[in-house]
Amino acid sequence: MKTLRFLLEKEFRQILRNRQILRTLLIAPVIQLILLPLAADYSVKNISIVVVDNDHSPISQRLINKITASGHFRLTGYTASYNEALTMVEQDQADIALQIPTNFERDLVRENAKQLFIAVNAIEGTKANLGGAYLNTIIRDYNADIRIRWQSPNPTAAAPATNPGATPSTASTITAAPASHGTPTANTPVPQITATSSNWYNPYLNFKLYMVPAILVVLVTAMAAMQSAFNIVQEKESGTIEQINVTPIKKHWFILGKMIPFLVLGIILFTLGLLVGWLFYGIIPVGNLLVLYASLIVYLFAMLGLGLLLATYSGTQQQAMSLAFFFINIFNMMSGVFTAIDSMPGWAQAIVATFPPSHFIKIMRMVVLKGSGFSDIVYPITAMAAIGLVLNTWAVLNYRKTN
Amino acid sequence: MPTVITTDKLTKRFGAFIAANELTFEVEKGEIFGFLGANGAGKTTAMRMLCGLLSPSSGAATVAGFDVYTQTEKIKQNIGYMSQKFSLYDDLTVSENIRFYAGIYGMSIPAIKTKTTQLLEELQLQKEAKTLVKELPLGWKQKLAFSVSIVHDPSIVFLDEPTGGVDPVTRRQFWDLIYAAADKGVTIFVTTHYMDEAEYCNRVSIMVDGVISALDSPAKLKEQYNAHNMEDVFYELARNAKRKAD
Repeated sequence: MKTLRFLLEKEFRQILRNRQILRTLLIAPVIQLILLPLAADYSVKNISIVVVDNDHSPISQRLINKITASGHFRLTGYTASYNEALTMVEQDQADIALQIPTNFERDLVRENAKQLFIAVNAIEGTKANLGGAYLNTIIRDYNADIRIRWQSPNPTAAAPATNPGATPSTASTITAAPASHGTPTANTPVPQITATSSNWYNPYLNFKLYMVPAILVVLVTAMAAMQSAFNIVQEKESGTIEQINVTPIKKHWFILGKMIPFLVLGIILFTLGLLVGWLFYGIIPVGNLLVLYASLIVYLFAMLGLGLLLATYSGTQQQAMSLAFFFINIFNMMSGVFTAIDSMPGWAQAIVATFPPSHFIKIMRMVVLKGSGFSDIVYPITAMAAIGLVLNTWAVLNYRKTN
Repeated sequence: MPTVITTDKLTKRFGAFIAANELTFEVEKGEIFGFLGANGAGKTTAMRMLCGLLSPSSGAATVAGFDVYTQTEKIKQNIGYMSQKFSLYDDLTVSENIRFYAGIYGMSIPAIKTKTTQLLEELQLQKEAKTLVKELPLGWKQKLAFSVSIVHDPSIVFLDEPTGGVDPVTRRQFWDLIYAAADKGVTIFVTTHYMDEAEYCNRVSIMVDGVISALDSPAKLKEQYNAHNMEDVFYELARNAKRKAD
């Protein structure tokens, strides 16, 4: 125990004296946390739309107003010819072309159904998908509006569906009300079932609310795994580790002496991250901070174990860096930061289950967004503790004082 | 005189390469034992085995009465070691380095304080107590490293080329420190390339190609090889080496 005191004293002195470490550990992540969520935003804004209005009716006008008022679309063109609109799509002046057919209003009133035509530039996949979906929602909404306004209980359901093609030329058709064959007359309302969804815990689907906690985990991960590995390997390179190995120091004290300082740094970094989330994105964890910090400590235990283990396998900082990069890249791409783990194949999910970050990201989102308590996170926290125990035991065993 | 190091056919193989081949010798308590040999002769390998940093391939050895296979940690409690590579922390001050190493050897805080004052005085580094080690001249660093390696009063200290790259005056001062330690009963096991330093030793062994080719006092070795100085003795033995220097 007394040995640990001297080890910690020494590590903290060295860390506090090293401005480089403090800069890379504390300032860089804060900047990253401020910048990255701005990019990691899946909500699409400023979709350019060109409208081919062949109808020029109040109803078509109202539809266009509704589209532009949604905030997602920018009306970049208003023409009378579909070819002209397609040219605009080809020249990247528009992402979506919406064609309103002649007699749109008349047919809608008379026949209760009329088709709209949407052509989507699908080169930018996300924008195309979401743009098409947004437009569909608006049209469906508008459809419902009209029905209410007419005070007609006609249940003609609008069932639009986009199917963006691969190129602008393969346009897809959307029907505002395609299935109107055999529609009951206006006087005989039929019961209808509509499924509506509401987004709990993040009602406005604010991506930042979803991304900031995950990005914070990414930053803590990089710090924990890399800096602890570098620190030990640096002692190998400078030869001081040999001087330590020739003392009767116990291996577990040495490893603990390396782990605790980075545990403290990790907690400081995490706290700074929460502050940035609050100041810049207004995110205040719904759940208990105690639950959050307890999970953080278990998580750092696991990730520092990985760093220490990597250090025992590396002779130079370069080797440690390559090894750490390998793991961190995989963690970042597969742990559910950007994509859902649930949509991976079963065997990949089994691998991801051994990644500590996948569990901690889950905990973060549960606690920060939903306010989950200890009882809800028993599985992920136990998993992290188990992984951490394996990694640390492995590190202690693989660290040899006598070769 | 009791022996503090005993080896019997101590051997280290790295694959097919035999770095140290059947070394058999004894070192007595309080002796200054010179361990000579060309680069790549196997000196450092032998020393690392005795310090418990490297497991031998075969043979037997005890250091301070402890077995090099099974009691390495007990050996470590009883020896000091100063490696070829400079081993103090550059970013800690002189007194912080002393405190750290004394601490991990298990010394109490009051004992560490007394020891620090005493060491600084011996080395005349009182003014530099709060200087970062990286700011010291090399010779001072080497002397400090030696003092730190015996901070816990070990019975044996292993020095691997401790005076490499140091000027003659500082080397002389360094050897004064070694003599002072030997006077207190510390056994000194030292490797060197300086033949004038070999003359300072009580006994000298010369390794060639992983084998001990000669072992005696400098005077007797000179007599045996009919040489004027240790340089000639060394040259006589080492020129037949087949192993390339590393």
